Amino acid sequence: MAGGKERVLRRRIGSVQNTKKITRAMELIAATRVVKAQQRARAAKPYAEQITSVIENLAAGGAEVDHPLLRQAETVERVGVVVISSDRGLAGPYNSSVIRAAERQVQNARSEGADYSLIVIGKKARDYFAFRNFAIDSYTEGISDNPTYEDARRVAETVAEAFTEGRVDRVELVYTEFLSIGSQKVATRRFLPLESTETIATEGGGDAGASGSFEFEPSPEAVLAALLPRYVEARLFGALLESAASEHANRQRAMKAATDNAEELIVKLSREMNRARQDAITTEIMEIVSGAEALGSDDQDDTIEEPVAAGAGA
Amino acid sequence: MFQVELVSPEDISYSGEAEMVIARTVEGGDIAFQPGHVPFIGVLAVWSVDVIRPDGGRDTIAVHQGFVQVAGTKVSILSDVSESAGDIDVARAEAAKSTAEAALAADRDDEDAAASLARADLRLRVATGA
Repeated sequence: MAGGKERVLRRRIGSVQNTKKITRAMELIAATRVVKAQQRARAAKPYAEQITSVIENLAAGGAEVDHPLLRQAETVERVGVVVISSDRGLAGPYNSSVIRAAERQVQNARSEGADYSLIVIGKKARDYFAFRNFAIDSYTEGISDNPTYEDARRVAETVAEAFTEGRVDRVELVYTEFLSIGSQKVATRRFLPLESTETIATEGGGDAGASGSFEFEPSPEAVLAALLPRYVEARLFGALLESAASEHANRQRAMKAATDNAEELIVKLSREMNRARQDAITTEIMEIVSGAEALGSDDQDDTIEEPVAAGAGA
Repeated sequence: MFQVELVSPEDISYSGEAEMVIARTVEGGDIAFQPGHVPFIGVLAVWSVDVIRPDGGRDTIAVHQGFVQVAGTKVSILSDVSESAGDIDVARAEAAKSTAEAALAADRDDEDAAASLARADLRLRVATGA
């Protein structure tokens, strides 16, 4: 029996060590990806800011058009929910929190008596909603890890089309905002209809330091009409990039916790194993000693008894 | 002196100083900007944008869709598809051109082919510096 427990523990330590190697590798990969994704998100900012700045100048110039993307429905019959999740798991609470927020939007739509339309990005959200028998109107995978503008444009086009054709009257965008490496937050934003140009202008972070009235060619209305679809694409692209950065940051954190836990577990198991080994050794020594004692009991009796006998004799 | 920026959705793909910037807007034809130009916003045609550098050199960029905003001493070109001469694959553009021409010969109202031909023409023009 001795050594059995030790062997079991040794095997467990080995398997935890292997797990630790994997989580450590995933942590390092996520760490490099989060930096890259962050850089991409930062590099994409100027475009969004410039577009906002043009809209600001248009608003200042008094351009207001009746664009389909600005259509405010009187009664909302169907709410579109765009949810950005990831294709892969092991990213801590990243997917579950964004999915929960999206489900809340669906419930909100239902409580308003409206239907919903799910536009899902990422396998995780698809699995969740498909398992629960939600109707998924559009599904895209393979883009959330490293989104390109082309991806954003395709999804944005689908959404804008559904909106302009009146299949949905309002679209909410649920994604994860990347605040910093240490902090990401699920955000729900009104995606469509776009706010009026004035609202975009006052809320936007554009760098329109320019003063003076602008000349527009061909006309303010034409510029705005060409610009709004780009604005929608740029917003979705920004959300995709932030979500990607958040995904990697979450995964890095989850994997770091897993690695730390594995380390702790290894220490605990090693301690247990050592104790088991010492117990086994102690038991073995006891067995040997008592065995030896049993075998050589006659000799020992003599040597012990002799001085006593001598003493007694003296 | 102008500060010129070509801003794409992914990053700032060109940035530099210029004496003059020449672009073509839809409906409006060619327009050249020099420092001191009135603030201007325009929708760009599928055409090239020429940047005349202070040293007299000229950078030509193919812009397939976009906007130009001129404000003060800054020119920003917003474009989701743009290429500078070095990035253009001439062989591919030529192949696209002949495909588009063939499609147009078969169907004169094919809008996709016409757009594709315009893009291929622009690429070739920018790449060869003609």
